[in-house]
Amino acid sequence: MTTNDKHNKTDKFKKFTRKNFLETAASAAGFMLTGCKFDSSLEELFRQKFRTLSEAEKKEIIDRLEKKYSKKYGKKFKVSRKEPIEGTLFGYALDLSRCIGCRRCVYACVKENNQSRKPQIHWIQVLQMEDEKGTDLFHSDVHYNPPKVPEEGHFYMPVACQQCRNPQCTTVCPVKATWQEPDGIVVVDYNWCIGCRNCMAACPYGARHFNWGEPHIPQDEINPNTHYLGNRPRMKGVVEKCTFCIQRVRIGKYPSCVEICPVGARKFGNLLDPESEIRYILKNKRVFVLKEELNTQPKFYYFFGI
Amino acid sequence: MKFLKFLRLSVKVFFRGGRYFYFWIGFLTLLMIWGASGYIHQFNNGLIETNMRDSVSWGFYIGNFTFLVGVAAASVMLVIPAYLYEWKPIKEVVIFGEILAVSSVLMCLLFIAVDMGRPLRFWHMLPVLGTMNFPSSILTWDFFVLNSYLLLNFFVVTYLLYNAFLKKEYNKSIVMPLIFISIPLAVGIHTVTAFLYNGMPARHFWNSAILAPKFLTSAFCSGPAVMLILFQILRKITNFKIKDEVIWKIAELMAYAMFINLFLIGSEIFKEYYSDTEQLIYHHYLFSGIGKQKDLVVYSWSSLIFGIIAFCLFLIPKTRKNFFTLNIGAVLIYISVYIEKGIGLIIPAFTPDVLGQFYIYTPSWTEVRVAAGIFSAGFLLFTFMVKVAIAIIFEGFDIDTYEKLKSKDIFRGIKGYHKEPS
Repeated sequence: MTTNDKHNKTDKFKKFTRKNFLETAASAAGFMLTGCKFDSSLEELFRQKFRTLSEAEKKEIIDRLEKKYSKKYGKKFKVSRKEPIEGTLFGYALDLSRCIGCRRCVYACVKENNQSRKPQIHWIQVLQMEDEKGTDLFHSDVHYNPPKVPEEGHFYMPVACQQCRNPQCTTVCPVKATWQEPDGIVVVDYNWCIGCRNCMAACPYGARHFNWGEPHIPQDEINPNTHYLGNRPRMKGVVEKCTFCIQRVRIGKYPSCVEICPVGARKFGNLLDPESEIRYILKNKRVFVLKEELNTQPKFYYFFGI
Repeated sequence: MKFLKFLRLSVKVFFRGGRYFYFWIGFLTLLMIWGASGYIHQFNNGLIETNMRDSVSWGFYIGNFTFLVGVAAASVMLVIPAYLYEWKPIKEVVIFGEILAVSSVLMCLLFIAVDMGRPLRFWHMLPVLGTMNFPSSILTWDFFVLNSYLLLNFFVVTYLLYNAFLKKEYNKSIVMPLIFISIPLAVGIHTVTAFLYNGMPARHFWNSAILAPKFLTSAFCSGPAVMLILFQILRKITNFKIKDEVIWKIAELMAYAMFINLFLIGSEIFKEYYSDTEQLIYHHYLFSGIGKQKDLVVYSWSSLIFGIIAFCLFLIPKTRKNFFTLNIGAVLIYISVYIEKGIGLIIPAFTPDVLGQFYIYTPSWTEVRVAAGIFSAGFLLFTFMVKVAIAIIFEGFDIDTYEKLKSKDIFRGIKGYHKEPS
C-alpha cells in the first residue's frame, strides 16, 4: 500500500465517521438484534495497530482521542506519543532495607496512571514478608492492614513490572499488541489487545492487570497528561501494566512512585549512563533480581542499601 | 444441483423424528438461549461477570477448551486402525468419530471466543488482515491448527457422506492423503495446546516436559469414552449399526491408553513430592489443600480414584465385555479426565499466584450458563450431523430415494428404512 492509498483510506474513514447518525443507527440496530452494547466506534473497530500507522493517521487518532477524553472528563487532555530518547535504557532499583510498606507508591501510581478505582487496579503490589524467612513469596501477604507500618518482625517488598530484557509476555502475545520499546519499557497498545490474557499467564511477577469491568475514574481525580502507550484511559477487556510512567520519564521526570517515596527507597535512571545513580547501585550494593532462574533478565533490581 | 439436493435432504432428515427427538432439540435450544443471554450480559459488562480475576486469570472456559481439544484429538484413535490396518469393522465408525471431532473443535473455538476480553477484535489474530504473532506465540499455532483440523474433518465427513448419497465409491486418492494429514494434525492440536501451557516458566505446575504426552494419553481415554456411550445410545434409538466386537476393541485400546496415562500421572507426582522444592505448593494445593483452602482436594482424589477404577474395569476382559461395567468405566474415566484437564489443570497453576497470594476461584453462574450454551450448540451440531450420517449410511437415503421422496412425506419411510426412531 502506498502512502497515497493510506491517505485515501483515512479520508474514507473521516467521511464515514462524520456520518455519525449512521453509526449510531448501526449500533442501535446491533443492540436490538443481539442485545449487545457496542462500546467502540467503527473507526476503532477497524483501526490498525498503532505501530504501523502513518504519521498522519497517528495524529488524527490522537486528536480525536484528546477531544473524546476532554469531553468525557471535562478537562483539557494531552495524549503524547513521544518517542524514546536515544541512548537511554531505563533501570530501577529498590532498597529493601528502607521500604516501610506505607503503600504511598501504590496510590501515587494509581492516580498518576489513571488506574480504574472500581473495579480496583493496582500496578504495584507491596508484599509483607517475615524477617526470619527472608524473601519468600509463598509466605508473603499483600493484604496486610495493621494500624501502623512498618510492623515489628516484618519487611516489605513492592513488586510491579520488572521490565524484563527477555520478556515472556511479549513473546506469547498472539497479536503483537505488547512489545519492548528501544528504551526498555514494555508497553501495550490498548486498541490492539484482544484480551486473551496469555501474557498474564506468562508473566512471573503478576505485573499485568486486566480490565475485568468498565474502568471507572472519578472526574476530579483524572490525570489529563497522558501517553498513548501509557496512562491514557483504558477500556474494559484489555490488559495494562506499569510503564515506568512513560509519560514522565520520556520528558526527563522521575516515575511518580520514585517521587512520592517518603524514605527514598526507590531509585531510577539510565543504565547506559555510567555516571548514573542506578549504575552506582549496581556496582556498589548487594543487588538481586526476582526469579533470576527464569532468565527474564529484569531491569528492576532489589538491593540492601544499609 | 446435486449438492443442493444433498443439503436439502440433510435438513429434511434432521427434522424427521419422534416426540423424544423434539424434546431433545427443544432442551438444547433452551439451554442455548439461556447461555446466549448469559453471554450478552458478559459482553456488555465485561469479564467481571465471571469469577476470574488477576490472580486466577484463566478458569472454567479455558478448562473446558482444553478438555474438548482432547475429545477432538481422540478421533484419531479410531482413524489409525481403520485406515492404516484396514481393520474393517471400525471403518464405518470412523465417520462418527470425525463428526465428534468437528463438533468438539467448534466448541473449543467458542470457548476461546467467550474468554476474550475484546471478542470483536478477533481479526487482529488473522494473517494479512491483522498481525498474527507467528511463530513466536503458541496461541497463534493453536488457532491455526484448530481451524485447519475443523475444516479438514468437516470436508472429509461431508465428502464421504456426499459420495454415499450419490451412491458413488469415494475417491481414495482424495480421502487417503487427507486422512494422512488429519492423523498428525490430531496429535498436533493437542500437542500444541499442551505447549501453550507447558512453555511458560512462570507457571511451574504446567512447566513439565510430560504435559504433552499426558494430554495425548488422557485424550485417548476421554474421547473414545464419549463415543462408546454414544454408540450404544445410537444403536438403541436409531438404525445405527455397530458390532459388540468393535466396542470391545475400542475399550481394549482405551485400557492401554489409561495405563500410560496413570503411569505419567504417577511419574509427575513422584518427581514433585520426592524433590520437594518450594514449587510443590501447587500439587499440595491440588491434592491436600493448604491450610483451610482444600477446595480442589475432593476433585483431584475423585479424578485419580475414578481413573484407577476405570482402568481396572477396562483391563479385565470379563468387565470389559459386560456392558454394565463397561459403561460405568466409561463414565468414570470421562469424569476423571474432565476434572484432570479442566479444573485440575488450570486452577492449581494459578493458586497460589506468581507472588504467592491465594485467590479461591469457583466459576460464576455466568460462566456455567455460557458453558452450558456452548455445549448445547456442540450437541446440536453433533445431533444434526449424526442424523444425516445414519440416514445415508444405514437407512439407504440417497439420490434416487431423494427423487422419489420429492413430493412424498419423508416421515412415511422408504425402502431400507424399517425402524421408526422413538
